[in-house]
This record gives sequence, C-alpha cells and structure tokens, in this order.
Amino acid sequence: MALLASFVCGLIFGAGLLISGMTDPQKVLGFLDLFGAWDATLAFVMAGAVAVAATGFAIARRRAAPAFSARFLWPDRNDIDAPLVAGAVLFGIGWGLAGICPGPALVNLAGLSLPIVVFVVAMLAGMIGQNLFGKNLWRRDAVAPRSIDTTSLPSRADG
Amino acid sequence: MHDFTPFSGLAGGALIGLAAALLMLLTGRIAGVTGIVGGLLQADTADRSWRVAFIAGLIAAPLIAALSGAPLPRPSMNASLVVITIAGVLVGFGTRMGNGCTSGHGVCGFARLSGRSIAATIIFMLAAIATVAIARHGLGG
Repeated sequence: MALLASFVCGLIFGAGLLISGMTDPQKVLGFLDLFGAWDATLAFVMAGAVAVAATGFAIARRRAAPAFSARFLWPDRNDIDAPLVAGAVLFGIGWGLAGICPGPALVNLAGLSLPIVVFVVAMLAGMIGQNLFGKNLWRRDAVAPRSIDTTSLPSRADG
Repeated sequence: MHDFTPFSGLAGGALIGLAAALLMLLTGRIAGVTGIVGGLLQADTADRSWRVAFIAGLIAAPLIAALSGAPLPRPSMNASLVVITIAGVLVGFGTRMGNGCTSGHGVCGFARLSGRSIAATIIFMLAAIATVAIARHGLGG
C-alpha cells in the first residue's frame, strides 16, 4: 500500500506541475525575469501548493503515525549552514540558466526530447558527484555517522 | 505581464500541495524530489522502492494525460546543449549540497515554516533571478 500511495502521490505531483505550467521552462524563466516581461504565475503555484501542504501537515502533526508506515519522518535540522547556502546558490544559477528544476525535469522526461534527456543525465551526474565528493568539501559534515541504518532515523535531508 | 495564468497556477499548485500532504499522511515522507532521487543514487540507501514508485508516478503523469489527448511535454529550451549540461550539473550538485530544491525547501519547507528551508528558497530564488538578469539583460555582473 505504501508503494501504491507513493506512486499516486507522484502522479498527483506530476499532474500539478503540468497543469500549473511549471514543466514549461519558458514560463519559469518568465517568473525569474524580473527585468523583462514578468510572469507572476509561479507565485500563485507556490501559494496554492504551500497552503494545501501546510493544511495536510497540520493534520499529520496531530496524528500518531502515517497510514502505511511506522512514523512520520519530519526533517530534523534547523541550522543554516555553509552547504545549505552554497548549494542553494549553485542550484539557483543552474535553474536560472535552464528554467528547469528536478521535479519538472522528471515529468518532462516522458516526452524524450533531447535537451531534457541531456539535462536529466547531467542532473543525475551532479547528484552522484555531490553524493561521492560533496562531504569532503565541508569538514563539519565529514563527521556525520554513515554506518547507522538510515531507515530508522529521521531523514537528514530536507527534501 | 506575459502569459500570466494565475488560475491554472493556483489549481496546479494546489495539486502539488495535495501530493505533498498525502505523501506525509500516508507514508510519513517529505515530497522533496531532490531527496527522493538523490537517495536512490546513494550507495547506503535501504528504502529504494517507494522512491522508485514516486518517480514512476511523476513520469507517468504526462503519459496518462497523453491517453486523453494531451501532447507529451517537449518543452522549448533556448539554451545550447552545453549550457543545458552545465545547468543540469549545477542543479543536481547544488540541490544535493543544499539538501533540497523547489519542492523540498520551497513547498514542504515553507509549509513547515522551516527557517532553514525558507532561507534556502530565498537564496536560490535570488541566485536564479540574478542569473536570468545577467543572461537576458546583461545586468549586474
């Protein structure tokens, strides 16, 4: 059931990206282009998404456990550290260059257009590169325990 | 304003929020695409199946829409393949380093009122706006 739930959630998420227009890089760039013909749509997408997600999360906070698994895995970090800031800057530059972020990239993969396939392969390579070498760039992260079974711990990642 | 579509934006956004709410209520997980995909690419990840299921749902969405006559997404991208490659690597590397993207930090983080996620979202928005400003208008620099 948890697998079916994950699939359906992915499906709804993808439908939302398609309906909102966020799978169109030109529309995303239109929002990011404050000094051109600005398109405010992305702000409405964010407002709708955050309002509904916040309502759902508030309901979840009052429950003991999710329907199909043992417990809620809320992100447990609150610190604003150097990797967060540097990672956000690098992501922002890439997002601004292409107009595509990870969710819309995967939804667009179904169309098998060359630029999207190239983008997704490069994105996966970047993720693997960070997984392999990123820890070495920040000494404080190098002490994070890696031998503990991560399925029993809250997710260290935010999203 | 250019191609401003607030109503489809709100409706699509509400569906994105619904997906994030349901994933938490049903499986206890944060709907962050970066975390879900990045975890799959990590050697020490034990919980792979739900990640694959969520990603399959993302990719299946346009295929199911195509059954009802919608065209498959073939977005126009003006950037060259070299720039697209650089952008892809920056997006993949940056989102993993910063532990999230528009979904994990932007939607789920804002919905949790996480200061960390709100900071990340403001920073990547500003970096993206600056990048577009320089690329399109040669501003700043």
